[in-house]
Amino acid sequence: MSVYLLRRLFQSLLVMLAMSVIVFVGVYAIGDPVEILISPDADQIERERAIKALGLDLPLWMQYLSFLGNALRGDLGRSFVFNEPALQLILQRMPATLELAFGAMFIALLIGLPLGLYAGLKPNSMGAKVVMTGSILGFSLPTFWVGLMLIMVFAVQLGWLPSTGRGTTVDVFGLRWSFLTWDGLRHLAMPALNLALFKISLVIRLTRAGVRETMLMDYVKFARAKGLSPARVTYVHVFKNILIPVVTVVGLELGSTIAFSVVTESVFAWPGMGKLIIDSINVLDRPVIVAYLMIIVLMFITINLLVDLAYSALDPRVRLENK
Amino acid sequence: MSATTAPVPTPVVVQPPKVETPFRRMASEFCESKTAVVGLVIFAIIVLIAVFAPLITPQNPYDLAQLDIMDGRMEPGTVGGAGFTYWLGTDDQGRDMLSGIMYGLRISLLVGAGSAIIACAFGASLGLLAAYAGKRTDTVIMRLVDLQLSFPSILAALMILAFLGKGVFNVVLALVIVEWAYYARTVRGTALVERRREYIEAAQCLALPTHRVIFRHLLPNCLPPLIVVGTMQIARAIALEATLSFLGLGVPITEPSLGLLISNGYEYMLSGKYWISFYPGIALLVTIVSINLVGDQLRDVLNPRLKK
Repeated sequence: MSVYLLRRLFQSLLVMLAMSVIVFVGVYAIGDPVEILISPDADQIERERAIKALGLDLPLWMQYLSFLGNALRGDLGRSFVFNEPALQLILQRMPATLELAFGAMFIALLIGLPLGLYAGLKPNSMGAKVVMTGSILGFSLPTFWVGLMLIMVFAVQLGWLPSTGRGTTVDVFGLRWSFLTWDGLRHLAMPALNLALFKISLVIRLTRAGVRETMLMDYVKFARAKGLSPARVTYVHVFKNILIPVVTVVGLELGSTIAFSVVTESVFAWPGMGKLIIDSINVLDRPVIVAYLMIIVLMFITINLLVDLAYSALDPRVRLENK
Repeated sequence: MSATTAPVPTPVVVQPPKVETPFRRMASEFCESKTAVVGLVIFAIIVLIAVFAPLITPQNPYDLAQLDIMDGRMEPGTVGGAGFTYWLGTDDQGRDMLSGIMYGLRISLLVGAGSAIIACAFGASLGLLAAYAGKRTDTVIMRLVDLQLSFPSILAALMILAFLGKGVFNVVLALVIVEWAYYARTVRGTALVERRREYIEAAQCLALPTHRVIFRHLLPNCLPPLIVVGTMQIARAIALEATLSFLGLGVPITEPSLGLLISNGYEYMLSGKYWISFYPGIALLVTIVSINLVGDQLRDVLNPRLKK
C-alpha cells in the first residue's frame, strides 16, 4: 500500500509539474507577458523597470524556474482589478464554491438514489420509464439554460426564491457560510439544484444499472432463500453493494461539479471562484487567471489521488493489480 | 404479377437481387426504433433550416438596415413595423428571434460538427497509432489521454480560451483539444482487439505499407464504435460551445450562436421578457436531444454484443 501511495504521489507531482509548464507556456509564451503582468496604465519607464524587476529579459527557462519558485512560495501575482494577492482572492471565494458543489452532490444523491432504486427494482413499470426518460433529458438539457428557466419561474413569476447572491452568511472558523441561515439556504436552493441536474441523471442511471446487476447475484438469491424479508434484501444486501460504485463515481464527479459551478455561478451571480474566473477573463485580469488555473489543477490532482486511494481501499482487486 | 394468367408471357422485369450490405442492414435495424427515426428526421430538418437559413428567414438579422429599433423587445406574435409577424418576438435591437435562431443554428452546428470531425480525425489517428505501434508509443499517447480525461471538458476549454481569446476558430480549436481523447481511447480499445486478427496478419504478409494496413484494413473495422462516439460528441460539442458562448468566452458578438442569443436575453429575463432566452434554448435542446436519440439507437445497432 505504501509503495502504491508513493508511486501515485510521485505521478501526481509529475502531472502538476507538467501542468505548470502548460500554464506557463500558455500565459508567458503565447501571450505577451509584458501586457499580462504589467498594468496597461504604466508608462514607458515604469514598464522597463517592471520588465527588469520581473526578469522578463531573462531566457525562458530561467523565467519558468522563477515562476515555479514564486508559485511554491504561494506568490502567484497581484490582481490588477482588486489590487490584492491573486491567491488570497481565490481562496476567499473557495468556501462559496465548495458549499455550492457539496449542496449539489447532496441533492443528487437525495433525489437520484431513491429514483434509481425504484427504476431498478421495477424496470418495466410506467414510473420507471418516466424516470429513465427524465434522466435522458437531464443529460441533454444545457445547464445554463435550465438555470435561466429556474430564475424565470421561481424568482420572476412565482417570486418564491431570490435569483442572485448568497444571502445572509454566518462566520464559522473565520469563513463565511450561507447554508447555516434560512435566508442563505433559500439563496442556495436554486443554484444547487441547477448544478445537481446532471448528477441526478447520472446517479439514477448508475443506481438502476447496479440494482439490476446485483439482483441476479447468487448472494441475493441466497438471502431470499434464507427467508429474509424483501425490504431487508433490498436495503441491506442490494443497497450496500451498489453504494460503493455509486459513491465512488459521485466522489469522482466532485471535481467536475466544481468545474461546472463556473456556469451555475455565472447564471445565479453566486460569488464563488467560478464567477471570479469568468469576470477575470472578461477584464483580462491575468494574474488571477494563472492563480485560478494552478489552484484548480492542484485541486484536481488531489481529488483524483484521493479517489484512487479510496478505491483501492474499498476494492481489494485494484490493490492486487497494482502490486 | 399477372404473368401467370396472361396467355402471352410478358417480359418480366428482373429485379436486381437485394444484396445485404452492412449499411443496408444497419439502416433497417436503425429504423426499428421509432424514437430514433423521429430524432433523425428532426435533426435532418434542423440541418436543412441551418443550411437554407438565408432563403427562409423573414429577415437577415445581421443586416442593420433591416432592423428597426422601434420593434425592440416585442412579444411573440406581434406584427412589426416591417409588416411581418415576429412569431417568437424580438430582442433588444428589434431583431426577429426566429431569424436569429435560424442563423444561430448555422454557427452552432458548424462549430459542433466541425470540431467533432477534426477531433475525430486527429484522435482516431493517434488511437490507431497507439494500438498498432504498442510499447512506448502506446504508453505515451494513453498517458496523454488519461491526463486529458481527468480534467472536465469545460475547464480545459476555459483554460484554452483564456489563453487564446474569443473567436470561432479558437472555439473549434479548444473543442478539438478537449475532445480528441475520447476518440483516441475508443479507437485504441477496438484496434487492440482487431490488430490481432488474421486479416491484419495477412495484410502484413503481403508487405503492404504500414499506413495502408492501418487506414485501409484496421480503420474500417474500428469504425462502428467511432461512429457512436462521434454522434454523441457532436451533441456534446454543441452544448459546450453554447455554454462557452453564454459565459462570453466563445463566439464573437458578430457571429452569434444559440448560446450567445440565450446570453443576450439574460438581462431581460428578470423583467419578465422570457422569449429572448427561452426560444433559442428550446432550439438548442431539440438539436441536442435529437442527436442523442440517434446516437442511442446507433449504439444499440452497432454493438456486436447486443446482436440477436
